[in-house]
Amino acid sequence: MGRKILFVTTDQQRYDALGCNGGMLARTPVVDALAASGHRYERAVPQSVVCMPSRSTIITGQHPSTHGVWMNGVPLPGDAPSVAALLHDSGYRTAIIGKPHFEPFLDPFAYFPENRFATLGMSGPYRGFDHYESATHTPAGALHYARWIAREHPEALAWFYPVLDGQLEVNAAGGGATGAPQVHDNAVPREWYHTDWVADRTIAWLDSLAVEDDWFCWMSFPDPHHPWDPPVAEMHRVDWREVLLPEGYIEDAVERERVLDGKPKHWRAWYDGRLVSNYEAPATWVPATLTADQVREVNARNAVECELIDEALGRVLTAIAARGWDDDVDVIFTTDHGELQGDFGLLFKGPYHVDGLMRLPLVWRPAPSIQNNPSVITKPVGLVDLAPTFCQIAGLPVPEWMEGRPLPVDDGDADQRGFERVLTEWDSELFGVGVHLRTITRDGWVCTTYQPGYSHDGTEGELYNLLDDPLQRVNRWDDPSLAALRSDLLADLWDHQPERRLPLRDVDAPV
Amino acid sequence: MTLGSLRHEIRIDAPADIVWERVNDAANLHEWFPGMTACTLDGNQRIVSLASGAVLPEEILVRDSIERRFQYRITAPIFTYHRGTIDVIDLGDGTCEVIYSTDADPRTMALLIASGTRHALVELKRQMESLETSR
Repeated sequence: MGRKILFVTTDQQRYDALGCNGGMLARTPVVDALAASGHRYERAVPQSVVCMPSRSTIITGQHPSTHGVWMNGVPLPGDAPSVAALLHDSGYRTAIIGKPHFEPFLDPFAYFPENRFATLGMSGPYRGFDHYESATHTPAGALHYARWIAREHPEALAWFYPVLDGQLEVNAAGGGATGAPQVHDNAVPREWYHTDWVADRTIAWLDSLAVEDDWFCWMSFPDPHHPWDPPVAEMHRVDWREVLLPEGYIEDAVERERVLDGKPKHWRAWYDGRLVSNYEAPATWVPATLTADQVREVNARNAVECELIDEALGRVLTAIAARGWDDDVDVIFTTDHGELQGDFGLLFKGPYHVDGLMRLPLVWRPAPSIQNNPSVITKPVGLVDLAPTFCQIAGLPVPEWMEGRPLPVDDGDADQRGFERVLTEWDSELFGVGVHLRTITRDGWVCTTYQPGYSHDGTEGELYNLLDDPLQRVNRWDDPSLAALRSDLLADLWDHQPERRLPLRDVDAPV
Repeated sequence: MTLGSLRHEIRIDAPADIVWERVNDAANLHEWFPGMTACTLDGNQRIVSLASGAVLPEEILVRDSIERRFQYRITAPIFTYHRGTIDVIDLGDGTCEVIYSTDADPRTMALLIASGTRHALVELKRQMESLETSR
C-alpha cells in the first residue's frame, strides 16, 4: 500500500480566513491542527485569480498560457493532461467530489460532460477520476447536488440566493441586515447545505473502497465563494455587529479613493461604477456604495462558511481514521483564488493582482507514517506545484508537461530547489473589453505589467513591497528609485512566462 | 450597455446556392446545429428544442434568397431583444463565406447562443463539404 491523498479545495478563500494564518474571525481548528503537524505556506500564489483557469492549473500542473483556459468560460479540452489520470493509471482509485468547473456552468446546448453526468444518472469516469459527483454554490443547474436537492428536498430550491439575476449577470441584489450584495438568509438546514453534502458524499465514496486501496480524492467545497448565504441557523456563530473591519478596508472614503487613484485606472473606474471589466462581479453594483457594515456582514457570513468547511473536513478525517488509514494519508488544503472581501472598498474578484486575491491558504500535512518535520515555508510557491506534489506523494516521476515542481518542505528545501518566483496571469475579453495582466511575485515584491487593452495602453503597472506595504497601498511602479528593480522583475517575468497557446480557444460562456 | 453582439464566420468549399438551400431549410436547423435536438415550423413560427431541455420559440423575420440572408428572433421572455442573422456570401470561386451573427439583450444570452452558432458553422461546413466530395 502507498500513501493516499485527500486534496481539499475551497473556492475563493483568503489566506487570512484560517486561524493558523492569523485569522481571528473563523474558528478553523481542524486545518490549524493539520498545519501544526505539517507544512504551512505563507506565500502560495494562484496562476489565475478566477476559477476555471486556476482549477485547470491544479489538474494539469500548467500555467493558463499553456493549458489554454485563458479566462472563465473557456473549457479545458477533454483530452487535456490530468494528474488524476496519471494516478488512476498507476493504480489509484480517484474521485472528485464537489465543485469541478473545468467547463462552463452556463451550457444551454449541453455541450459539456461536466453538466451531463447528473442528468444521465452517471458518476464518472471524468478526466481521470473514476468517480465524479458535482456541486456548486446553489442547487441551480445540472449538477449532482442540484439533482439531489430537487429530488430529496424540493422545498429548499427556492431558499438559496440566485447567483445570477434575470439578465444572467452576477446578481447585485442585497439582503441580510445590511443589504450587501449576494448576502441572503438561507433557511436550508445545515445537513442539506452543499458543504455537508460534499463531505457526506466524500465519506460515502471512501466507504466504498477496499481498505488496501490507494486513493486520491479531490474534495472541492463550493464555499466560501459568494453568495454569502450559509444556513441561517448557523449565523449565531459570528455576530456581524461585532466583526472588526478588515485591515485592507480603508474606512475613510477620501483616503480610500486616493489609494485607488494610485493604481491603474480600471481600479477606480470599477469602484465608481464606470467600468465592470469582467463578469465575476455584479454588473450593476457600484463598489463605492459599499458600507462598513456591509463589509462586516460579508465577513461574518464568510467566516461561518469557513467554519462549516472546517467541521466538514473534520468529519471526513474521522471517517478516514475509522478505516485505519490516517497514518498513510497526505492531506493538502488550499483554494483556487482569494476574495477582495472589503479590501480597498471592493468585493468579489477581477483583474486585481493583490493579496486579497493572490495570497492563498495552503497547508500540506504529509502522511504521518513518513515522519516529516513541521515547517512554515515563506518562499513563493504556486498552485502549479500541486500536481507534481501529488505525483511525488504517489511515487511517480513528474511528467515533462507539468510546469511546477513538488512543493518544498521547508525554506531550505525551497532555496536549494530554486523556489524564487511565481507567475500569475489575467486575460479577459468580453463584450469589447479586454484586460491583460502578467505578474511576478519574487523577493518580497509583486510586480504586474498591464498589456494593451480597453483601459490600458501597455505602460501601466503595479509594484508593491510585500514586506513594507503588506496591504499594497502604495503603487511604486513609477518610483524612479525602483526603476532598476522593476526592469529586473519584468525581465525575469518574461524569461519565465510560458508562451501563450495560440490560437486562443473560444469563450463559450461567461462562466 | 446590455446588448451583446457577436459574429462567427466560416469559409465553406461548396457553392453558395447549395449552402443557402441548407440554411434556408428552416424546419431542419437541428440537423446542423449541435446541441439542438428538434425543430418544428408553423408558418414563420419555429420552436427549437435544446439538449439541455430548454425550448425556445422563434419568429422567422427574413428569408431572402437573392441576398441569401436568413434572419430570426428568439421570442422567449428572457430576451428583451434578439436577432440571429445568417448570411451566405458567394466568393465567386465555387466557395462561400457563411456569417452567423447574434445580437441579444441580455448580452449574456448573446454569448451563450453564439457559442452554439460557432459549433453550428463547423458542422454546416462538415456536412456541405462532405456532400460536395461525394458528388
